[in-house]
Amino acid sequence: MRSKVVLRRVMAKPQVVIGLIGVLALLALAYLGPLFGQYTWEQKDFTAFRSPPGADHWWGTTQIGQDMFAVTLRGMQKSILIGFLVALISTGLAALVGAFAGYFGGKLDKILMWGTDLLLVLPSFLIIAVISPRLESGSWLMFVVLLASFSWMITSRVVRSMTLSLREREYVLAARYMGIPDWKIIFRHVVPNLSSLLIIDATMNVSGAIIGETALSYFGFGVRPPDVSLGTLISAGGGSTAISYPWLFLFPAGLLVLLVLFINLIGDGLRDALDPGSTS
Amino acid sequence: MTILEVNDLTVTFRGGVKAVRGVSYQVGRGEVLGIVGESGSGKSVTSLAVMGLLPAGAQVTGSVKLHGHELLGMREQEILKRRGKSISMIFQDPLSAFTPVYTIGDQIAEAVRVHQKVSKEQAARQAVELLELVGIPHPEVRAKAFPHEFSGGMRQRAMIAMAIANDPDVLICDEPTTALDVTIQAQVLEVLKTAQKETGAGIVMITHDLGVVAGLADRVLVMYAGKPVEQGTVEEIYYEPRMPYTMGLLASIPRLDQENQRLVPIEGAPPSPAALPPGCPFAPRCPLKVDACDDAEPELVQVGERGVACIRSHEIDVKRLRGVDVFPAPEPVAEPPRDARRRETVLELDNLVRHYPLMKGAVFKRRVGTVHAVDGISFDIARGETLALVGESGCGKTTTLQQIMQLEAAQGGRVVVFGKDSGELTKRERKELRRDLQIVFQDPMAALDPRMPVGDILAEPLRAHGHKDVQGRVAELLELVGLDPSYAERYPQHFSGGQRQRIGIARALALEPKLIVLDEPVSALDVSIQAGVINLLEDLKARLGLSYLFVAHDLSVVRHLADRVAVMYLGKIVEIGTVAEVYGTPAHPYTRALMSAIPLPDPELERSRRRIILEGDLPSPAQPPSGCRFHTRCPKRALLPEPERARCVAEEPPVVRLAHADDHGAACHYPEVRNS
Amino acid sequence: MGTYLLRRLLSSVILVAIAASLAYLLAASSLNPRANYTGRQPPIPVGVVDSTLSEYNLNDKTPLLERYGTWVSGVVQGDFGKTWDGGSVNQQMGQRVGVSLRLLLIGTLLGSTLGVAVGAFAAIRQYRISDRAIGVASFVVMAVPVFVLATLLTIGATGLNGAVGHTLIEYTGEYNPALSGVDQLLNRLNHLILPTISLCLGQIAFYSRIQRNMMLDVLGQDFVRTAQAKGLSRRTALVKHALRTALIPSATYFAFAFGTMLTGATFTEKIFGWHGMGEWLVESIQHNDTNAVAAVALFAAVCVLVAGVLSDLLVAALDPRVRVS
Repeated sequence: MRSKVVLRRVMAKPQVVIGLIGVLALLALAYLGPLFGQYTWEQKDFTAFRSPPGADHWWGTTQIGQDMFAVTLRGMQKSILIGFLVALISTGLAALVGAFAGYFGGKLDKILMWGTDLLLVLPSFLIIAVISPRLESGSWLMFVVLLASFSWMITSRVVRSMTLSLREREYVLAARYMGIPDWKIIFRHVVPNLSSLLIIDATMNVSGAIIGETALSYFGFGVRPPDVSLGTLISAGGGSTAISYPWLFLFPAGLLVLLVLFINLIGDGLRDALDPGSTS
Repeated sequence: MTILEVNDLTVTFRGGVKAVRGVSYQVGRGEVLGIVGESGSGKSVTSLAVMGLLPAGAQVTGSVKLHGHELLGMREQEILKRRGKSISMIFQDPLSAFTPVYTIGDQIAEAVRVHQKVSKEQAARQAVELLELVGIPHPEVRAKAFPHEFSGGMRQRAMIAMAIANDPDVLICDEPTTALDVTIQAQVLEVLKTAQKETGAGIVMITHDLGVVAGLADRVLVMYAGKPVEQGTVEEIYYEPRMPYTMGLLASIPRLDQENQRLVPIEGAPPSPAALPPGCPFAPRCPLKVDACDDAEPELVQVGERGVACIRSHEIDVKRLRGVDVFPAPEPVAEPPRDARRRETVLELDNLVRHYPLMKGAVFKRRVGTVHAVDGISFDIARGETLALVGESGCGKTTTLQQIMQLEAAQGGRVVVFGKDSGELTKRERKELRRDLQIVFQDPMAALDPRMPVGDILAEPLRAHGHKDVQGRVAELLELVGLDPSYAERYPQHFSGGQRQRIGIARALALEPKLIVLDEPVSALDVSIQAGVINLLEDLKARLGLSYLFVAHDLSVVRHLADRVAVMYLGKIVEIGTVAEVYGTPAHPYTRALMSAIPLPDPELERSRRRIILEGDLPSPAQPPSGCRFHTRCPKRALLPEPERARCVAEEPPVVRLAHADDHGAACHYPEVRNS
Repeated sequence: MGTYLLRRLLSSVILVAIAASLAYLLAASSLNPRANYTGRQPPIPVGVVDSTLSEYNLNDKTPLLERYGTWVSGVVQGDFGKTWDGGSVNQQMGQRVGVSLRLLLIGTLLGSTLGVAVGAFAAIRQYRISDRAIGVASFVVMAVPVFVLATLLTIGATGLNGAVGHTLIEYTGEYNPALSGVDQLLNRLNHLILPTISLCLGQIAFYSRIQRNMMLDVLGQDFVRTAQAKGLSRRTALVKHALRTALIPSATYFAFAFGTMLTGATFTEKIFGWHGMGEWLVESIQHNDTNAVAAVALFAAVCVLVAGVLSDLLVAALDPRVRVS
């Protein structure tokens, strides 16, 4: 009943509708598109190097004769997957750390927040860049963990400050005065009442993670061959290549921008609908 | 001479919700019109519509004439010339009504400079003069302070100063004292009277407090569900109400000057403006309802100054019906007899102390002192007894309550619950003890987790303590507080304030406690709802043999519910005793001032009685005055000869049992002596 | 206030020390400076490589903690060690910090002021076409990562230069060393255009969203209504009361925005060929240059902390409620 009301309110936001349609369309393109292409992403067409978009190769080919359509979609699959996984892990971590620090306060709070501060001060880009080339090639899951462990801090600070005020809320006091154990109160009364924030932040974290992934891959510090992602493709097609062979750059970059844009639209609409009081 | 004339004003918000449906009134020079109504009655929206300050989506029709000029549809430039000059407004919450980043003086000077061609220095000087006029001490210094550095009462004074900066002809006051403590409210009402004398303005006084209106207004307009339902002179409305709603409202108020008798509740809750019933909007709650009431909404029939919107008003008039005749008075509760000699103590506080570090600054946090929130208080509660802890905000009553509920070792002194010292409990014992000790909170919205259905909310304590047949008990609890068991599936936001408070009470009862702490359980509720909840609490106490610790600021509610009362001031108990003795012969000057500050909903009494108005604000609990904490504001001390006055500053008076009293003590060196 | 700042400074120093140490340990244990000397023609004898690496405190055969100790004792005395090819980290850093700070400073100032202005404008014109256009534009901009934006700008500049037939807009390097005097100054400004745009645009979009939302929040508050009740026009009330108050929450985002820009600067520098700290970060990792990596990490940590303090000071300056009297 309540969820229905919320759903209706969310779906009444044009941003959400546009964003959802956009993201669904891109998901369909990424996962269903390859079924219609004439080439797989691993195939190399030795008759066509850097050939512009055309009937045979819809989005052209790369310098080694890969079909851009197939490769780009493959890269997008990976970018989407990484984005969602990172968002899931980092939001969960943020909720846990923030809620425990805020609820218990005192020493635990000090320690957790100090750790959060430290991670904020550590240049995450640099750290990931240093570590990730040393990971086994192709182990992109470790890369996901690495990315996630550097992207939860801001959300967790927000969660903490909201928990600080929730902790004084009378229904939480009521639960405490009933003799409900603290960890139960956190999971039953605190975290559910942060769900709006967490949903919104999770959405924003998806786009943040996708940008983070592509940015690192752009310098070769993220996804590495044989895997491809939008970042590696943009990197390969960027620079002077982009001027002479724009399709190598424009297709992956365009898809990346659209993907981030649509996800951000959903996030903004969710914020409008779920969190009318706050605008952070 | 009519200055402001409102005719058939309606306000429709986006989505077609009609918040105001046909309001008409006039205000003349020097006249005070009281507009009375409960939350959601449309009284505030009416005044914003008159000021032209409603948000863009609202549609306003009808007519608002100021000095004969129609304001609705007037050019923006013309309206700006009048707004803040001929007509100005005082808002309810003075903290949010001032811009936090500018000084009070600057904001008042700004109001001056909008309408008067004066230099900056001249405007600043005028601001200081205005602050002096409304009784702010050291106005030159205080003008340079920011809003957050003012106390609530001082802010409201500054607000009045700003509103009268340009000598307005009409002053609209929207609940100007609702957010304030009673003694401060009394001060601010005095300032308002001064302001009116200075400016000669007509005043529109919007409030839910029938006592405030009784003391101030010449004429009264009663609103219900966006419509005026009764209008007349203040005497007519209070002594000869003809609309059942007004009658019920007057009958349901707990009164300070009346003995402990049952309150008359109005059943149900006001309708939502989005879903009005077909006929008279009050019909579903009206004991005089007949079938014809549902046919059409009755118009406000005007006979001279008097207007009533009820098809049976003539009958009421002829039969001379009074509120108590119309609204059935509930059965008196049969209190089980208590043996006064064999008091079984359920809660005992022995010299409880609680100090907080005082931190300042949000970014540059540092400790600047110690708040003496609770500074050595002692009292006990016997089985089956209700003790009320009364005081204004900042007196430490909430801290006391938290200290009790935490069941942990106190900073100083002891909290003994059912014979067990809370500082010596094991974890297991503490959990066991929580069964017997429960709490009902003030804000019924905040007390219930919005993400849980009511059934789960009630089941939570049951499950936590391993109760069997949870569903059965939930249904039983809902019935116990007068709600339908089928409500268990709904979420808190689907209930009205009164219903939510009942759910809160049901949750507190779930584990069959022996002692319930009531933290201002009715202060967030409208008067008509309040009475029902108070009666419920009384019934439950008698039926279940409960004891209550009732924390409140409203002395009139306390009188109806409590057996004994303790009055707190700045972390100390200043007076304690049975309700009969404390209310009958209050001994401490503070108690006397507190009682005299409560407005009575009776124009004659309210205007004729002598009122003690306290000077100044509550001192900061971080720097409590030496000796008797009340000495800085004590009206009695001012009358004492010098050597006796010195004692108040030097020596702290303990709570001493008064002569000739059974159960009545006061912490005053020179208590008021009873005559008998 | 004094003791507060002192305490804050102390904790900042500790945080920076720990962050830099962690970065050093991580870099020292996972980067491999030896790779720079192996596989060369003719091969360099292992002994020579070892002694060279040891001289630069980069030898992986030295225990990690020993290298760390050497590094720390250097850093404490203000010496950040040697680059992989024996250059001075201090010297490199001296040049590069200036380059980066110039970009960052311009980006911050332009980004925040323009962003706040645009956001306030949008809020005042809420739901009108201009507000919607700004909203859509900022969404699109925020969806374009810096490396895409910078590349697009390069493509655009090439196209434009091609169309007019000469180099109208520069897009590589800081300046043309062949020029001097006023010409060089103009040339430097020309070189600044594209990097500035690529850094600022995201900042403007970010700040404009924040400021618009904050202002709309404030717009519904009582004090704006009070200001209007005094007789101020809606516009004056908005600018004088709402805008000023809404600056406070926006200021709290300063640190966050700065952090994002720091990463963005890496791409901007790399793509436009500016030899700043960001470019160095990428190059030092690619060259397994442990000491340089640690220096960059230290620089970034200091920047983030300074931005945090600035953000707090800004809030304190704007909001009388948080000042200590």
